[in-house]
Amino acid sequence: MATTVRAVPRGRAAHVLAYHLVGYRRTWRATVFSSFLLPVIYLAGIGLGVGGYVDRGHHLGVAYLSFLAPGVLATTALTIGVEESTYRVFSQFEWDRTYEAMLATPLRVVDLLLGQLAFVVFRALVAVVVFLAVMAAFGTVHSPWAVAVVPVGGLIALACAAPTFAFTATQSSAQGFSVLQRFAVIPVQLFSGVFFPVSQLPAPVRPLAYLSPLWHGVELCRGLTLGTLHPWPALGHLAYLAVWAGVGFALAARTFRRRLVV
Amino acid sequence: MGGDGYLISATGLVKRFGDFTAVAGIDLGVRRGEAFGFLGPNGAGKSSTMRMIGCVSPPSEGRLSILGLDAASHGPQIRARLGVVPQQDSLDVELTVLENLTIYARYFGIPRAVAQRRAAELLDFVQLADRAGDRVEPLSGGMKRRLTIARSLVNEPELVLLDEPTTGLDPQARHLVWERLYRLKQRGVTLVLTTHYMDEAEQLCDRLVVMDGGRIVAEGSPSALIARFSTREVVELRFDLADLDGARGRDIADTLTGLADRVEVLPDRLLLYTADGDATVTAVTDRGVEPMSVLVRRSSLEDVFLRLTGRTLVD
Amino acid sequence: MLSTLLLRVDPRRAGAVVERNVLVHRRGWIVLLSGFFEPFLYLLALGIGLGHLVGSVPAPGGGTVPYPVFVAPAMLAVQAMNAALTETTFNVFGKLKYMRLYDAVLATPVTPTELALGEIGWCLARSGLYSAAFLGVMAVLGLTPSWWAVLAWPAALLIGFAFAALGMALTTFLRSWQDFDYVVVIMMVMFMFAGTFTPLSAYPAWVRPLVELTPLYHGVALTRSLTTGSPDLGALGHVAYLVVCVVLGLWIAARRMARLLLT
Ligand SMILES: Nc1ncnc2c1ncn2[C@@H]1O[C@H](COP(=O)(O)OP(=O)(O)OP(=O)(O)O)[C@@H](O)[C@H]1O
Ligand SMILES: [Mg+2]
Repeated sequence: MATTVRAVPRGRAAHVLAYHLVGYRRTWRATVFSSFLLPVIYLAGIGLGVGGYVDRGHHLGVAYLSFLAPGVLATTALTIGVEESTYRVFSQFEWDRTYEAMLATPLRVVDLLLGQLAFVVFRALVAVVVFLAVMAAFGTVHSPWAVAVVPVGGLIALACAAPTFAFTATQSSAQGFSVLQRFAVIPVQLFSGVFFPVSQLPAPVRPLAYLSPLWHGVELCRGLTLGTLHPWPALGHLAYLAVWAGVGFALAARTFRRRLVV
Repeated sequence: MGGDGYLISATGLVKRFGDFTAVAGIDLGVRRGEAFGFLGPNGAGKSSTMRMIGCVSPPSEGRLSILGLDAASHGPQIRARLGVVPQQDSLDVELTVLENLTIYARYFGIPRAVAQRRAAELLDFVQLADRAGDRVEPLSGGMKRRLTIARSLVNEPELVLLDEPTTGLDPQARHLVWERLYRLKQRGVTLVLTTHYMDEAEQLCDRLVVMDGGRIVAEGSPSALIARFSTREVVELRFDLADLDGARGRDIADTLTGLADRVEVLPDRLLLYTADGDATVTAVTDRGVEPMSVLVRRSSLEDVFLRLTGRTLVD
Repeated sequence: MLSTLLLRVDPRRAGAVVERNVLVHRRGWIVLLSGFFEPFLYLLALGIGLGHLVGSVPAPGGGTVPYPVFVAPAMLAVQAMNAALTETTFNVFGKLKYMRLYDAVLATPVTPTELALGEIGWCLARSGLYSAAFLGVMAVLGLTPSWWAVLAWPAALLIGFAFAALGMALTTFLRSWQDFDYVVVIMMVMFMFAGTFTPLSAYPAWVRPLVELTPLYHGVALTRSLTTGSPDLGALGHVAYLVVCVVLGLWIAARRMARLLLT
């Protein structure tokens, strides 16, 4: 049997990215709240308010605000990663059915995924850049290495988004997302060393925090903005996040295919 | 009951939305046990009137009394005795088919056991008993409509308002609904309905009004309306579309003047209103007009409608 | 005016609205359960975890208390607020605008006031359960030094009632889902700045009157004075403020619901 393998046109994922960027031009205003205003409120509320009491004790070696800010930055990247991968992705499966429409063109499932994940990373990058400027204004940037938190933020978003894409593809109703939010996202946000060092956690549960991608992200961001990062742990954290992104992507490709190619 | 013996009586009823007048002063009287219909083109104000009668839309002007009670001050008491099928289904998508009926009954303060029993009976009545435990969302349009009708009956209403009860149903489902409504009527329930289907109006309604632009333009029984606004028979002459284009259509119509009481030019055919159809057909061929096809039929409400509103009913 | 509205309320019909919600949530029990879970996490992280770094803070009745004892009653109040606001804004908006549920309900004898009361009643039933569980956990963790804490439960119900009424009123002004960003910001700002994490004295003098304006501040101050065992006349002031919120919210909600739905 003779089969013709046609040359695959390149840059198809880029078209998908472009599609999402065009949509974003209409909706970016709404994201200003969740990805910019809320983190600043957190920073001011806990960092300034509670910080005054924390700094009496000198437990951390740095001002509490400087300790907290990079953690909130990493959390913002995670939040965007998850937010963009739940309802938005679900609606493209179920309500708007954009995926179905896209697959009726030469696009492949991996193109959809790559293009949309690139968009998520883009959103995280924008938010992180803005937040970094806010951090500088609060006087919490202590090292020129801090600029490196921008790509790290993108990586955190990717590491969280890819597996969430996979999860969303397996959902038949939107109800699972509030469960995901409460049983996974919120615990991760609260116990990954953002508000207090993981060493405060009871020893038996500490390993759970080390499993969380956010903890690795927080360690990286905090090390960079305080200028205390050492290369070997940094590589370890990066590698761990990369594994989440890679495995997540593979799972997402599988679950997307299972759902869309029937 | 109102002192005037009417179940619904309205005088000078007006409904405005901002500057726009949807219902421009209508008078109505519906008697107990009657099946009363509203006909009219899209936007005529039928649904607006129905919502006022359902006491979910306060009239802007005029007097409206339902079941002998003033609509403005006795909304809950009136609604307790009404059944309502709105134009758009408003089923509770978070509940199952059966629960849609039982919970709705609870809104009327009906005891749980009674609600259960009636819900089961009503599901039988509209032939949905086998879907009792299903979600509402995946039901077909016709099933949802039947469920909405069943829902409107849980409180054993004296008066049922049906806004386009059979729009979107297949012929079989429509006949089922008609048959069910007919049974209700026999039980003495008063029906008020709107429809775009002339056959539905002729089948179900004892009396009807034709609305256009927020006003009532005619009122009477289907046969009285036909007698008054149409002739006994209608000759339909079908032509090639190009033949009826603009001026040529009028030329043909001119050729035929005098052969019928009235000639109506539609995009694809001419209607000749006449007392004796066959005689008219002979006269038409005598004048050398050669249509693609010829049909002689009895006059229907459709013709009344066309005459009164200048529009066909199917849009 | 409100009293005439309330006099005509038939509790059975408002009850039917509650019944509907119970029926729906019997199937979504896992979401319901996750509502129990969330405030505990916040308590553990921001009360106990962060508490190690903070140490003690000034107590409402003078002296100092350990930070977890200080934060826990605030979490109780925040939980009541969150449960009430999410239910009466997000969920009610969905029913109002998208599900056309209320169109169907108002075609029955149920009045807009009964509908609003029913939704609020459901909301209170739910948040009352959460509060009781949360208070129980606080007691187990030793975060309720005083027997006055028992009264924190009705206090949490009152907070829930106030926010549910205000939430219903607010929802009638929302135009699209986009507007919910404002709701989220309002909730977040109150969560962070209504004396939840720090005593009022820690705020700059010019901010304090703003903080005292928020209903959550009064809720937090009330529950905190009860669980730490130092209620005084000020507590009555907080109660009065919350009652005013209830009345105002209900009045606006009932009127606006009628305006929106009975067109
Ligand atoms: N809530 C509203 N606000 C503003 N205008 C309205 C409202 N409801 C109806 N209208 C207007 O009132 C007019 C009459 O509408 P209505 O729904 O009563 O017509 P109808 O006879 O039921 O038409 P259809 O056959 O299409 O159902 C229309 O022009 C409509 O746009
Ligand atoms: Mg209509």
